[in-house]
Amino acid sequence: MADLLISTRDLSRHYTLGDTVVPALRGVSVDIARGEFVAVMGPSGSGKSTFMNLIGCLDRPTDGDYQLAGENVAALDTDALAAIRNRRIGFVFQTFNLLARTTALQNVEMPLLYSGVAAAERRTRAAARLNDVGLADRMDHTPSQLSGGQQQRVAIARALVNDPLLVLADEPTGALDSRTGVEIMAIFQDLNAAGITIVIVTHEPDIARYAQRIITFRDGVVMQDEGVHNRTSARDILANWEKPAEAAQ
Amino acid sequence: MNLLATFAVALRALRVNAMRSALTMLGIIIGVAAVIAMVAVGAGAQDRVSQQIESLGANLLIVFNSSSRQGGARLGAGSGLSLTLDDALALQRELDSVAVAAPTVRGSTQLIYGNLNWSAGTQGTTPEYFVAREWGLSDGRIFTPDEVRRSAKVAVIGQTIVDNLFVDTNPVGETFRIKKVPFEVIGVLDKKGQNSFGQDQDDVVLVPITTARTRLLGTSSRARPDSVSAILVKGASADRMSEAEEDVTELLRTRHRITAGEDDDFRVRNLSEITEARAESQRILTLLLAAVASIALLVGGIGIMNIMLVSVTERTREIGLRMAVGARQRDILFQFLVEAVTLSAIGGLIGVVAGVGGAALVANLAGWPVLIEPTALIVAVLFSAAVGVFFGFYPARKAAHLDPIDALRYE
Repeated sequence: MADLLISTRDLSRHYTLGDTVVPALRGVSVDIARGEFVAVMGPSGSGKSTFMNLIGCLDRPTDGDYQLAGENVAALDTDALAAIRNRRIGFVFQTFNLLARTTALQNVEMPLLYSGVAAAERRTRAAARLNDVGLADRMDHTPSQLSGGQQQRVAIARALVNDPLLVLADEPTGALDSRTGVEIMAIFQDLNAAGITIVIVTHEPDIARYAQRIITFRDGVVMQDEGVHNRTSARDILANWEKPAEAAQ
Repeated sequence: MNLLATFAVALRALRVNAMRSALTMLGIIIGVAAVIAMVAVGAGAQDRVSQQIESLGANLLIVFNSSSRQGGARLGAGSGLSLTLDDALALQRELDSVAVAAPTVRGSTQLIYGNLNWSAGTQGTTPEYFVAREWGLSDGRIFTPDEVRRSAKVAVIGQTIVDNLFVDTNPVGETFRIKKVPFEVIGVLDKKGQNSFGQDQDDVVLVPITTARTRLLGTSSRARPDSVSAILVKGASADRMSEAEEDVTELLRTRHRITAGEDDDFRVRNLSEITEARAESQRILTLLLAAVASIALLVGGIGIMNIMLVSVTERTREIGLRMAVGARQRDILFQFLVEAVTLSAIGGLIGVVAGVGGAALVANLAGWPVLIEPTALIVAVLFSAAVGVFFGFYPARKAAHLDPIDALRYE
């Protein structure tokens, strides 16, 4: 159990809308080990987003326990949760969420502003992460000067800049064409191979197959939790990208 | 998040919306400039009045003779001759609330020096006069009590006399004639300019009161030989003026043997009171101007609040993102507060420059006296920053209390 990064016990979250209480999550117990690559699936309203918000420390459960890297975070206040998000979790969003009219470098630096890192070190670390995602020559470009794939890579660099234990990606390929989507998944697989735990939310079964394990939610509970056989390798697909296109002709 | 980084983020956000930031600042600029220009104009007017008070001599009472009667006919004010030299001495000696009392007699006389002549008011008085009116000399000396006692023919003259009679000559030590009697000039008074009633205070010759009475002015046959036309009384301090006024009245009534119910044979006037009333009305005018200008500043502040609220709504996703990557509520609060304060403080600084320029323009075009106090400038900038804090707080708080999940999903 020492290798567990995420461990939830009977996690539930209820929303109160007027007089009615809506149970979005009804007692979810999930363990995710360090170094895993997990895909979370399920139709809308299944509770997968609520689950992601909770493990991302953006929200607090109504009931149940959540241990992140051995620390009970269900009881922490908002400032302590902000500190955990800052140091331990990297977020990647479907719509990238980069600051407009702000350079790639400044976008990647942003989380470090809230960790109290000095300006010079912020630059060095942000530049190194942009280099890792292959954007060393695009550091001074603003989001409007970058393609969608490049923007998502900036967002991934931002998620990685504080060396997180966990990267949470919410439909990271949803706004991208399929080839660019595979490129992004290749980055995630590389990161995972380097030891970073990754949890992605997706509704595309193809994308889920890049993960090692798929957790499917329905009606606020885990319906299915199984390993992936014949896991897809994004690098292989990229290497053979032209072939299916030729075959189709 | 440190202050410098917060400030840099705020500046970047303001630069992104440069036009909007400039227009928002304009409200504060106009407000601060109006406050500074208005206060400068008001303070200038106030300053002129207080200069007039100073030139008159502070804490001054003047005791006049009342009108006298000849039979049933009342003569003009000051025609009575009940006040005496001894009254003046007694006022100074016996009353705590009185610092000095200077008796004066006066008349208009012809002055001659060389081939020039000039007509001026001549006052006979004692050395206390210079104390009472706080009037210093630019050259020479005042006459001594000994010179008063022996009716010395010495004179202290005002600047207007120097300008008209002693052209290109140092008057001190020169001899000139008053009503054909030769007098030696022993001193020249500092320039005082006009009094609050527009009279030239420098057009005056001061001689010992004894000399004036025996040599120059003469006295009517029915008067006592030691009567004087007025006594200048300087109170011990500003807050004892009404006490001094009562004491003087009481002592003079006793000395003149006026019984209860009988009218005074003299009148006491508090001159500084009249001028101070003018100063007070100027002060109220200044306050009124400042109040009106402050409304402009208030409207500017509301403009800042308006724009900050728009900005918070526009940047909801940015706020959500910043929270997701680790910004605490107070980081967000501080960021928006610094933006608001930066807007208002920069506006305040520009407003100060515009206000000083506006005041200078008023001074030049309208010819009004303006007075710009450095403290007013500092207060204006600090106050505009405070306006930023006050009107920026609500939008900043609104931003800080957003829920990160909702904010990230905001379209």
